[in-house]
Amino acid sequence: MNPFVMFAFPFARHAFLAASFVAVAAGWIGFYVVLRGTAFAAHALPKIGFAGASGALLFGVNSLFGVSLYSAIAALGIGALAERDRRDVATALVLALGLGTGALFLSLGNLYAADAMSLLFGQVLGVSSSGVVETACVSAAAIALVVAFHRVLLFTTVAREAALVRGASNRTADWALLASLGLATSAMMPVVGALLSFSLLVGPALAARHLAHRPWQAIVQSIALSLVITWLSLFLSFALGWPVGFFVACLSALAYAAARAISRALGRKTQAGAA
Amino acid sequence: MNPAISFRDLTVSYGSRTVFAHLTGEIRAGQFVGVLGPNGAGKSTLLKAIAGLVRPVAGAVEIDGKPVRRRNKAIGYVPQSVQLDEDVPLTGRDLVGLGLDGHRLGFPLPTKERREAIDAALAQVNALHLADRRIGRLSGGERQRLLIAQAVVSKPRVLLLDEPLNNLDLASTHQVVELVKRLAHEGQMAVLLVAHDVNPLIGRADEILYLANGRMAKGALDDVLRPEVLSGLYGYPVEVLRAGGRIIVAAGAMDGHAHAVSSASPEASVMLP
Ligand SMILES: Nc1ncnc2c1ncn2[C@@H]1O[C@H](COP(=O)(O)OP(=O)(O)OP(=O)(O)O)[C@@H](O)[C@H]1O
Ligand SMILES: [Mg+2]
Repeated sequence: MNPFVMFAFPFARHAFLAASFVAVAAGWIGFYVVLRGTAFAAHALPKIGFAGASGALLFGVNSLFGVSLYSAIAALGIGALAERDRRDVATALVLALGLGTGALFLSLGNLYAADAMSLLFGQVLGVSSSGVVETACVSAAAIALVVAFHRVLLFTTVAREAALVRGASNRTADWALLASLGLATSAMMPVVGALLSFSLLVGPALAARHLAHRPWQAIVQSIALSLVITWLSLFLSFALGWPVGFFVACLSALAYAAARAISRALGRKTQAGAA
Repeated sequence: MNPAISFRDLTVSYGSRTVFAHLTGEIRAGQFVGVLGPNGAGKSTLLKAIAGLVRPVAGAVEIDGKPVRRRNKAIGYVPQSVQLDEDVPLTGRDLVGLGLDGHRLGFPLPTKERREAIDAALAQVNALHLADRRIGRLSGGERQRLLIAQAVVSKPRVLLLDEPLNNLDLASTHQVVELVKRLAHEGQMAVLLVAHDVNPLIGRADEILYLANGRMAKGALDDVLRPEVLSGLYGYPVEVLRAGGRIIVAAGAMDGHAHAVSSASPEASVMLP
């Protein structure tokens, strides 16, 4: 079957566009997540966003608004707590609180299982044209944040104190990345869902890290991989009827494993060459 | 002209613990000062106070006659230990570039001036061959030289190096000390270099700043590394032994044999005949 048949349907075109924006944002932001080792926060925020979305359903407001508000509060909370305590502890605490209120919203709201499922696993084929515009704007904002703080994020990661002397503070970098992650979460939720957006944030970036030597190379590779994974997943999901998130998770893991194997093979070659 | 670094009545505490109190001194542009003292004496703390990273409870630091502040392009700082992930996708060139404009917003523009500034800094530390290597996979000494390049690429007035000689073999130690001396004398930088062993500094550092027991002695090497001066600092008898052009600082002449007290390398004491 020719997979391009799917573009005959407007909902498929919307899905393709929304997923592409999300893929670029995830690949780009994922670079900094992996660089700074904030994978746990990247894992926690979408789950907290899920709680926000169930709250939005309960109160009858736009679910993207619910996700954004909840992720923003969570990002601020993690940032504030992490100044006193270790960040993983802060993240775990905020995650637990977020999920707790999410459970409450779900039970109070008498949500249908289908609603919860679409939040957890995404419902990319249900994205409307206004949804595409929303996704594009939120993704762009998330990317704009990390682009603005690109050098500060790098500098504070590799030389925290030297960076501070020059006026680049690690705290600023942390806040910028958390805020960007919160935005990206809101954009990703309707597309890949709360449970699996983590894999798109971390998988391509981890794979790129094994192959790239310079930051911009790693970013470009991460975005490219993220796009390929997302497109492939969409086609497969369209063809087989299985959830998009399943393919995203599997392909991300596969990309990481392949990149490791390639970099190890390359390493062995240079070693052999040197010997 | 104002001294490049001056500190008056400087007192730093962590909580209720005072590390040192009422230190006063100045370092002129072009001067290379070696900072010595036992573990925990406050050498790193002094550098951080000068860099504006820790706030003194009393006293003040001035850089070029102005109170020290953050966002200071006039200061190049290399901390005591820098940990890096093996896979971090940054080359030597990227690392040095951050010293030039890492505090700015956005991506760096690949201009000719930027490239030349980075190349010049790499050349100064003999690390041009490391420009395209990934920094996570360099040896301790190679990384140390890149970090010095990162600190000097913006042509600071003040260079603060915290134990840059750790992990270096004898040849690299002398290379780095010579390099630092050249940066001070030719680049007119005021340099503070913390070291564990005085010997590599003999004949190269212009002055020694010796910290012990919350107090400080500063002056020419031969004026500071004297038994009466160091005994005054430590508060108990200290001997300064010289053997074959090397210096060993040792404590406790009382019980008949000497124990090394940091600074002049303890391992050197076993090299005595
Ligand atoms: N952030 C901190 N909080 C509390 N105490 C600290 C802190 N940093 C340093 N200290 C204490 O201050 C004293 C001076 O520490 P500093 O690191 O300046 O010593 P140092 O002379 O550099 O030692 P070393 O030779 O081991 O590097 C030590 O007793 C240390 O335990
Ligand atoms: Mg120290």
